[in-house]
Amino acid sequence: MTRLELPALRHEADALWGFAERQFNLVKRYWAWEVLWLFYSLVSVLSIGYLASGLGLAGFSARDFHRTQLYLLVGSLLWSYLSSVFTDVSFAISWERWEGTIEYTFMAPVRRLTHLLGICLFAIVYGLLRSAIVLAIAIPLFKLDLSRSDLLAASAVLAAATVPLVGIGILAAVLPLLSPEKGDQMAMAVQGFLLLVSGVYYPLSVLPGPFQVAGRLSPLTYTLSGIRDCLLNGHHLGDMLPTLGLLLAMGAVLIPGGLVVFGWAEGRAKQLGLLKRSG
Amino acid sequence: MNEKTAVSLSGVAKGFRTWKRGPNGAWWRRRRDLKVALEPLDLNVPAGGVTGIIGPNGSGKSTLIRILGTLLTPDSGSASVFGLDVVAQAPSVRRHINRVSVEASFFKELSCWENMLYAARLYGSADSGARRRVEQLMERLGLPGDTLDRPMKQLSRGQQQKVAIARSFMTTPSLLLLDEPTTGLDPRSKREVQELLRSLRREREVTVLLCTHDLDEAAALSDRVIMLDYGKVLADGTPAELCERFGQPDLEEVFMQLSGRSLAEDEEESE
Ligand SMILES: Nc1ncnc2c1ncn2[C@@H]1O[C@H](COP(=O)(O)OP(=O)(O)OP(=O)(O)O)[C@@H](O)[C@H]1O
Ligand SMILES: [Mg+2]
Repeated sequence: MTRLELPALRHEADALWGFAERQFNLVKRYWAWEVLWLFYSLVSVLSIGYLASGLGLAGFSARDFHRTQLYLLVGSLLWSYLSSVFTDVSFAISWERWEGTIEYTFMAPVRRLTHLLGICLFAIVYGLLRSAIVLAIAIPLFKLDLSRSDLLAASAVLAAATVPLVGIGILAAVLPLLSPEKGDQMAMAVQGFLLLVSGVYYPLSVLPGPFQVAGRLSPLTYTLSGIRDCLLNGHHLGDMLPTLGLLLAMGAVLIPGGLVVFGWAEGRAKQLGLLKRSG
Repeated sequence: MNEKTAVSLSGVAKGFRTWKRGPNGAWWRRRRDLKVALEPLDLNVPAGGVTGIIGPNGSGKSTLIRILGTLLTPDSGSASVFGLDVVAQAPSVRRHINRVSVEASFFKELSCWENMLYAARLYGSADSGARRRVEQLMERLGLPGDTLDRPMKQLSRGQQQKVAIARSFMTTPSLLLLDEPTTGLDPRSKREVQELLRSLRREREVTVLLCTHDLDEAAALSDRVIMLDYGKVLADGTPAELCERFGQPDLEEVFMQLSGRSLAEDEEESE
C-alpha cells in the first residue's frame, strides 16, 4: 500500500472529490443554517470593528485609530476564517456519527489522508469564501484604507497557511473520535485556547511566559503577524519569505503528525467500540 | 464451488469495557466491567454461498460482522477475509467487502442519488454508467422510479433499507456482510430482497454472511446456518441437518430448544 499505481491514484482523486462534493451538498441542503452562521461571523467581525471605533471615541490612542481598527479587524476576520475551518472539519466527523454513516465511511477502501484532505480542503475553500463576503461588507463600512497594503504578499501568507491549517484540521477531526459525546465541546475548548495564545487581538508579548511558548508553536500566530505586516507595516513578498518557509515547515510536521494521531484515535475507537454501538 | 476460504477466524474474542455504578455508591465512583461479546471463536467459511448466523439478542452477531468489516479490533485471536488479516491488512480487506446494517445509514437531507454517488466515489465505481446501474438495482428491489431524486428523509424505513441494500450491491463486494437486512421490511419487500440476493449469487461469485432473526429467511437463503450465543457456536450445519439433528420441524424450534438450553446452562453455572 505504499506505492500508488495510476488507477489507484485516480480512485483516490475521485474519493477526494467525493468527500468535498458530499460536504458541498450538505451545505446546499442546510443553506438556512449557513446563512445564520455567515450572519454570526459578520456580526462578530463588525462588533470588533466598532470596538475599535469606540476606543477611538473614548480617546484611547486616537492618533493611531485607523491602524488599531485595521489591526483588530484583521485579527477578527482571520479568526473567523480559521475557526470556521476548525469547526467545520471536526463537525464533519461528529456529523457522521449522528447520521450513522461513520461506519460506512471508515469501512470504505479509501486512504485516511484522502478522506481528511477532502474534508479539510472543502472547509478551507468554503471558509475563504465566507470570509471574502464578510470582508466585502467590512471594507466600505469601516472605510478601510488598504492602499498601502501589499495584498499579494498577504494572499501568499494566507495560501501558505493552508498547509499547516490542514494539519490542525486533521487534529480537530480527532476530537470527536476520542469522545462521541464530548468531542464537539472539546473542539470548542481547543479553539478557545488557540484564540487565547495565537495573538489574534494582541501581540504575544502581553501573555505570560508559558502562553507565549504555546503561541509560538501555533501556526496561526505567524499567519496573523505575517498578514498584519503586509497590510499594516508595509512589508512585501520578499520580507515574507521566512514566514512562508516557516508555515510550510509547520505544515510538513503537522499533516503527518495529525495523521499519526488520527490513526491512533481510530485504532482506539475500534478497540473500545466507539465508532458506533447499536445494531 | 472452489475451495478458497472467504472468512477464517481463529480464537477471535471481543469484550467491551463498561462502567458500572453501584446503586448506593458515591456518584464519582465507577467500577470498570468487561462485557463479553465474543468468546474465543473459530470459524471457517468457504468462498461462495450464504452462511446464516442466528442467535439471541446480544449474542455477538453484529460484533462479528464489525470485526470482519474492519470496524472493531478483536481483543485476541486473528480474523482474515480472503486470506487478508482484518487488522494488519485492513485497507486491502476493505476493497472486498461491504455491509448492510440494521439501520440504513445515510445523510438524510441528501437525495438518494447523492448518497449513492458518494458511496460510488469512495468505491471507485462512479463512472458514467453508475446512475443506470443504480436505477436497475432499485427497480429490481421494487422501489418507485422517482425514489432516486428524493431526499432520504422522505423515504420510509423499509425503503431506506432497500436503498442500503442497493448501495452494498452497487459496489460489487466479494464478501457481503448482511446484518438483519430485511428487518422492518414488509413480506413482499422481503421476498424482493431475497430474490435479488439469489440472482446476485447466480450472476457472480459472492460470499454472504447473513445475520437474521427471521428464521424462515435463514432457512430459505442459507446453505449453512450457525447459531451463536456469547460468541460460542451452539450449532452448525445446513438448515435440514440442524432440524434433523435436534429432531425439530423447523429452525425456529431448533432456536427455541438451543436458546432454552443455554438459559438452563446459565442457571446451572451461576448456582
Ligand atoms: N460498541 C459497544 N460498546 C459496548 N458494548 C457493546 C458494543 N457493541 C456491542 N456491545 C455489547 O456486546 C454484546 C453483543 O452485541 P452484538 O451487537 O454483537 O449482539 P447481536 O447478536 O448483534 O444482537 P442483536 O440480535 O440484538 O442485534 C451486547 O451485550 C452488547 O451490549
Ligand atoms: Mg445485531
